[in-house]
Order: sequence, then structure tokens, then C-alpha cells
Amino acid sequence: MTPALAQAGPSTMPGAGLMLVLLSAALTDNILLTRFLGMCPFLSVSRQIKSAFGMGLAVLFVTTGTCVLNYWLYVYLLRPLAAYGVPAESLKLILFIIVIAAFVQLMEMLIERISITLYYSLGIFLPLITVNCAILGASLFMVNNVTSKGFGLWRVLTYGFGSGLGWFVAIMLMAGIRRRLKNARIPPALEGAGITLIITGIMAMAFVIFQGMIKI
Amino acid sequence: MAEPQETTRPGQALVVQLWRENPVFRQVLGICSSLAVTNLVFNTALMCAGLIWTTTMSSLTVSLIRDWIPRRVRVMVQVLIIAVYVIVVDIVFRALFLETHKEIAAYVGLIITNCIVLGRLEAFAGRNPPLPSAADGLGAGLGYSLILLFVAVVREILGFGTVFKNTAWETVVLRGWEPGVYETWWRNWTIMAIPPGAFFVLAVAVWAARAVALRQEAGQAGEGAK
Repeated sequence: MTPALAQAGPSTMPGAGLMLVLLSAALTDNILLTRFLGMCPFLSVSRQIKSAFGMGLAVLFVTTGTCVLNYWLYVYLLRPLAAYGVPAESLKLILFIIVIAAFVQLMEMLIERISITLYYSLGIFLPLITVNCAILGASLFMVNNVTSKGFGLWRVLTYGFGSGLGWFVAIMLMAGIRRRLKNARIPPALEGAGITLIITGIMAMAFVIFQGMIKI
Repeated sequence: MAEPQETTRPGQALVVQLWRENPVFRQVLGICSSLAVTNLVFNTALMCAGLIWTTTMSSLTVSLIRDWIPRRVRVMVQVLIIAVYVIVVDIVFRALFLETHKEIAAYVGLIITNCIVLGRLEAFAGRNPPLPSAADGLGAGLGYSLILLFVAVVREILGFGTVFKNTAWETVVLRGWEPGVYETWWRNWTIMAIPPGAFFVLAVAVWAARAVALRQEAGQAGEGAK
């Protein structure tokens, strides 16, 4: 994108720009419903509202944190190194996953110290998060946004938070719907994953509709 | 999955992964990294090739060094091994298919966190000899590709009317309706080209496969009762 085009975008209005980034990350480009990331925990953890809440909260937290950390890593370490011939684009895959694993480990230790009740409601989900595609995905798409749309720190922070929020909203909606489904008569072959996928498809349609409203 | 696996012959391990324990419709695992690209067959084929390579090679590697990996850090070691093979895929795709790579670059990176790869390493490769492990990884990759390619073919034909769009092998299967240019009975389904379509097609595929599997099991149970 040329600099002129980039400036004509939301960067001229900082506040409105952030709002747009948040809405598009959480609604129209919902990381779960339009990019299919984090499907495995979404399908398995959405059976109960309580565990869905814990998982959603953990994802929200870790996505926001790791997006910012990986942004710093990318801008201040990888991009300067690329000038010396280091393959930054390949290296970022390994570095990002290490950052995520380390962040999750630290979070787990901190939460255990600070609040034991939070640890028990969040704790079992934290180790699972290291291999949640939504977290790594948010960081990888963040890099795309940095290179193509010139995202700065604030917009990266908002993007990470918005992605996590979108995932949280999606899994909470799903958990609520699945509670009602318990009384429904479903063909035996469609039970579990099948019906969940169909409902997710309908939800995705509802979210995709917003695409005409928000464009960044 | 803590109990040791009884299937240690390579051929058997491969077949079990293809159908009886198919990762997608049995466990609905690992659809995250590729489902987003299933509106075009070619992109899907590339992603599947990358995934087959990664599962096979990382299963082989983990199985070879399984006695030297400390248990406490094994997940980290496994993830790093997977990452190395994914980077190989990334570099090869960038060299061979630059245009397609631009579209799917982020998803190629996400093979690292694909649940199937890590799942097979944890469940099988960590405690079995190299050859069956590689076969198990290959089977899981192929079983996954089978379903994903099915989804992709259905989505691209209904969504665009073509197969292998944007490549040298582009073939028009259904001539789409365009006002003023040509008129046929067929109109492309937009829903198949956008994300929700993937959910519906996958759900139908899972539904059909489960129905067949349930009938088979019912048949076996009936024979066993006699």
C-alpha cells in the first residue's frame, strides 16, 4: 500500500481508528467464525457455560498480552535483524510460539500466587492455550497488519484485545446454545461435533453480515 | 490415551488413522489451520501436502529421539520440532508457489499449532518405534486431507463453478451465470465462497461419515450377538 493510501485510512482519526480495529477484529474478522482458529477448544470446551467462560477469559488475556510482546519482538528485533540477512519471516514462527509458551507459563505461576480461586477456575485451561491456534493466529495476522496497514502499538493492542474478545463472545454464545440443545432431538450421527458445526455456521453468517458496515 | 497402542505394524497404523480413527470426523481435531482456505482446491491441496509432510516427519523425528526427551519439557521439544518442519514447508512454498503463498502464508505457520500433529506425537510417536510412527503420522495426514479436499472440491464447484481456480489446471465445471455475457441455469453460491460455507459442508461430511460408521458398528454388534 502506498503511504498516501495508508494515511487516508483510520490513522487520521486515532480514536475512531481504534474503535474500527476493535469492531472488525471482534465482529467481522472474528478469529473463530471467519478464520476458523481455535476450533478444537471451541468444540470441546463449549459444553458448559462455566468452563467456556474460563477458557474464553484465558484466551482474551493471553491473546492481548502475546500480541503486544510479539509486536515488540517483531519490530525491535526481527525487522532490524532482517537487514543483516536473518530469515525473519521464518524465524518469527519459532520465536512467537516460544513467547506464547513462556507467557502462558508465567501467567500460570503468577495467577497461582495472586488468587487461588482464579487459578482453579482458569488454571486448567492455561496449559491448553499454548497450542490454541487462535493465539498464534492473532500474532501472525498482527504481523500482516503491521506490514500492510502500518499498525502501531495502540492498534496492535486493540487488535489483540478485539481478537480475544471475539473468541470469548463466540464461545459464550455457543455454550448458551448448547445448553438449550440438550433437550433437542438430534439425529444420532449428527450429535456432538456435527450439530455444533452447523450452529457455528449459522453464527458465522450472522457475524459476516457486519462486513458491509466496517471496513479498515 | 495413556494406554500403550497395540497397533505397531506400519501398514496397520496407517489404515487405522485413515478411517477408524480418522482425526477429522472421529475426533474433529485440527481443522483450525486449513478450513479457512478450503474455498479453493489448489490452496487446500498445498496446505494438506504441508500437513502430511509435517505429521510424517515430526512423528519420525520424535520417535527416533523419544528416549532422550525429558518428560517435563516434551511438549516444548515437540512444538519446536514441528516448527522446524513447518518452516521448511514455508520456504518451499515461497520458492515454488509465490502467488498462492501470499494468500496462505499465515495459515501455513499455523500448522505448528494444528492439534493433529501434536496429538499424534503425544499419543503415538512418543512411545512407538520410528517406522510405525511415521506411518501413523502419514495416515493421520492423509485421513485429514481426504476430508478437507472433499470440502474444498464441493465449495469451489458450488462457489465459483471451477476446480483449481487461478492455476494452470483451471477447469470450469459449472458455467456461472453472468448478466449480459452468458446465461445458463447455474448461479454460483456466494455462501460457499465465504467462511460459513465451510462449516456447513464440513458438518454434512462429518454427518455422512458418522452415519456410515454407526451403521457399520451396528452391523458388527448384530453379528456379535448371533
